[in-house]
Amino acid sequence: MAVYEHLYGAYEGESHSAWSRFLVIPRYALREVFKSKLLVTIFILCFIYPLVATILVYLHHNANALALLQINVRELLPIDASFFLTFVQVQCAFAFILTVLVAPPLISRDLSNNALPLYLCRPLSRAEYVLGKMTVVVFLLSLVTWIPGLLIFFFQASLAGFAWLWANLWMIQAIFSGCMVWIILLSLLALAVSSLVKWRVVASGALLGLFFVPTAFGQIINELFLTRSGHLISLWATINSIWRGLFGLFVRQTGTVRGTVTNPIYDEKFFNHPLLEPPLWVSWLAVALVCAVCVWLLARKVRAYEVMK
Amino acid sequence: MTSVIELEQLSVTFGKRPILKSLNGALGGRAIGLLGPNGAGKTSLIHTLLGFHPPTSGTARIFGQDITTDAKQVRAIVGYMPESDSFIAKMSCVHFVRLMAELSGIPASHALERAHEALFFVGLGEARYRPVDSYSLGMKQLAKLAQAIVHGPKLILLDEPTNGLDPPTRSRMISLIRQIRDGGRARILLSSHLLRDVEECCDEILVLKDGQIAANCNLEEERKANRKFIELETRGGDRAAFVEAIGGLGCEYALSGERRIKLIMNETVEISDLYLLALEHRVQIRRLNFKRDSLEDIFLKAMENGNVGEGVSASVNNENAVENANGNGRMSNGSL
Repeated sequence: MAVYEHLYGAYEGESHSAWSRFLVIPRYALREVFKSKLLVTIFILCFIYPLVATILVYLHHNANALALLQINVRELLPIDASFFLTFVQVQCAFAFILTVLVAPPLISRDLSNNALPLYLCRPLSRAEYVLGKMTVVVFLLSLVTWIPGLLIFFFQASLAGFAWLWANLWMIQAIFSGCMVWIILLSLLALAVSSLVKWRVVASGALLGLFFVPTAFGQIINELFLTRSGHLISLWATINSIWRGLFGLFVRQTGTVRGTVTNPIYDEKFFNHPLLEPPLWVSWLAVALVCAVCVWLLARKVRAYEVMK
Repeated sequence: MTSVIELEQLSVTFGKRPILKSLNGALGGRAIGLLGPNGAGKTSLIHTLLGFHPPTSGTARIFGQDITTDAKQVRAIVGYMPESDSFIAKMSCVHFVRLMAELSGIPASHALERAHEALFFVGLGEARYRPVDSYSLGMKQLAKLAQAIVHGPKLILLDEPTNGLDPPTRSRMISLIRQIRDGGRARILLSSHLLRDVEECCDEILVLKDGQIAANCNLEEERKANRKFIELETRGGDRAAFVEAIGGLGCEYALSGERRIKLIMNETVEISDLYLLALEHRVQIRRLNFKRDSLEDIFLKAMENGNVGEGVSASVNNENAVENANGNGRMSNGSL
C-alpha cells in the first residue's frame, strides 16, 4: 500500500510483542495530557516540595551552608520517618490534584465517542485496555510521589552514610508502598468514575465529591457520637492511617473525651473515654474493598457494546 | 474455495432472549454480503465474531481460528468498521489511524507510514491532519474504513459502510470496497440494508431472519446459472413453428402471453441459433433478455420462506406462473 499508488495492500512486516501492546495507550494519552498548559504548570508545581526537601537534606549535612545562613541544625526538621511521612502526605495531595485533572476523560471520552469497539476489535483485551489507561495515571503520579521520595531518601543516605541507610532501609518499602497504595486507589477510583460518567467536568466533580463528601460526613459522625469510627468512610483518614502504619507512626488513641454524666439513681459520675482510630487492618480492608468495587465497575462498564436490558 | 468463516451451531443469547439461533454454515466468498431486516442479528453476528458477545453455545472459526479460544489471533487478522460514529476525540486523523495500527501490532515506525497510505487510499490524504471530530459524516466513514484496513487484515468486517452517505461518497465507498475485494488480499464481510450495495460488491450472501439463516447462496454461481434463462419478445412470422423449432433444439420453453417466450437454453445452443431460427420462420425478435434473479428476488423469497435453514440455495424466480406449452418443451410450474 504505497501513498503514490493509492492501493490496498497487506502488511507483511514485523509486529511488536503482544504483552507490551497496552503501552501504546499511555504513550498516546500522555502526549495529549501534556498539551494542557494548566496541567504542565501543576505538574511543575508538584516538584516544589521535593526541591525544598532536598535542600533541607542538604542543609543537614553542610555545616558551611548552615553557618552562612545562620541556622542551627536543631531548628531544621529531622530527617527521619516523620520527615518522609510528611513528604508522602504532601506529594500524594498533589497527586490527587493531578488525578482530578488527568484521569476523568481517559475512559469517558472513549465512551462518549464510541471508541471502545475500535480498541477492543484489535488484539487487546478489556483488562489490557484498562491497564493501559491506568498506566497513564500510575506513570504520572509515580513521577511526583515515590520516585522523588526514593531519590531524596538515597540522597540522604549518600550524605549520612551506610549506617543511616542500614538503619532506615525499611523506609524504602514504606515510601514505595505508601505511594503505590494511594496511586492504585486513585487511579482505580478515577477510572471507575470515568467509565460511569461521559462528561469530563461531571467526572471530575464526582471524583472530588468521592473524597470530600464522605470525609465531611465522617467528621460529623465523629463529632456527634464522640468516636473516630467516622474515619472509616473517609478515604483521606483511611489512607493516612495506612501511611502512619507503614512509617511506624500509627497511634490508635488520638484523643480523649472527658466529662461527667448525671444519673438520677446514682451520684454524678466522671468519665474518661479514649477516642480510638479504627485498627490498621480495617483501613487496609476498606481500601481493598474500594479497589474491588472499582474493578467490578470497570469490568461491567468497559465493554465494546453495552447490552441494554 | 477455502472457508473464511465457519459457523458451528453458533447461538447467542442476551438475557433470556435468543439473538442468534444455532447458525451453521461455511462462508468462503471474496466478499460476503450479510443481509436481513432490522433485528435479524447481522450486527450481533459481527460482534460475536469479534468476541464482543460470548456465544451461548457452539462456536465460529475465522480462517480456521476459533473465535472463543483464539480470540486475540482472530482479532489480529480482522479489521472492523463499526456502524455508528466511532473515533478518538481531539486527535488528528493520521494519529488516530496510526494509533489503531499500533494497537494491531504494527511497530510505531511502520504504523505512521501505513496510516498515511491508508488515508491516501481512502481519499483522505489532504485532510489527514484535521481532527476526526471536525470531519463530515462521509469523511468519518472513510476514516473508519482507513482504520479498519491500516494493519492489512485478512478479513474486513464492514457494518453498514454506506449509511448516511450522499450518492458520490457512497459510490466512492463502494468502489473502494470493490478495489479491496479485487485486490484479493483481504476477504470482506459486508453487512448492509441496501441490497444494491451488496449486489455491487458481494459474490456470496447470507440472509438472516430472526437470528436464523434464511438463505445462503453464491451470487456468482447464481448469475452464471441464470445466464441460461432467456426471455424473448417476438412479432410476426410463424410463431408456432418457431417455438417448435426451439423445442427441437432441446431447449425447454414456455409461452407467456402472445408475444413472449421464456426458455432455458440447452448447453449446446448459442444465441445465434435462435436468430437463425427466427430468420427461418420470419419471426422478428424485438427483445432478448437474460432473465436473472435480482438480489431483491432472492432476499424477498428468503423472507417469504421464513427460516429455510442453513445452506439453502435461493435460486428462485418470481415469475412462476407460466403457461405451459404443448410439445416436448413442457415445463412444470414454478421452474422458471
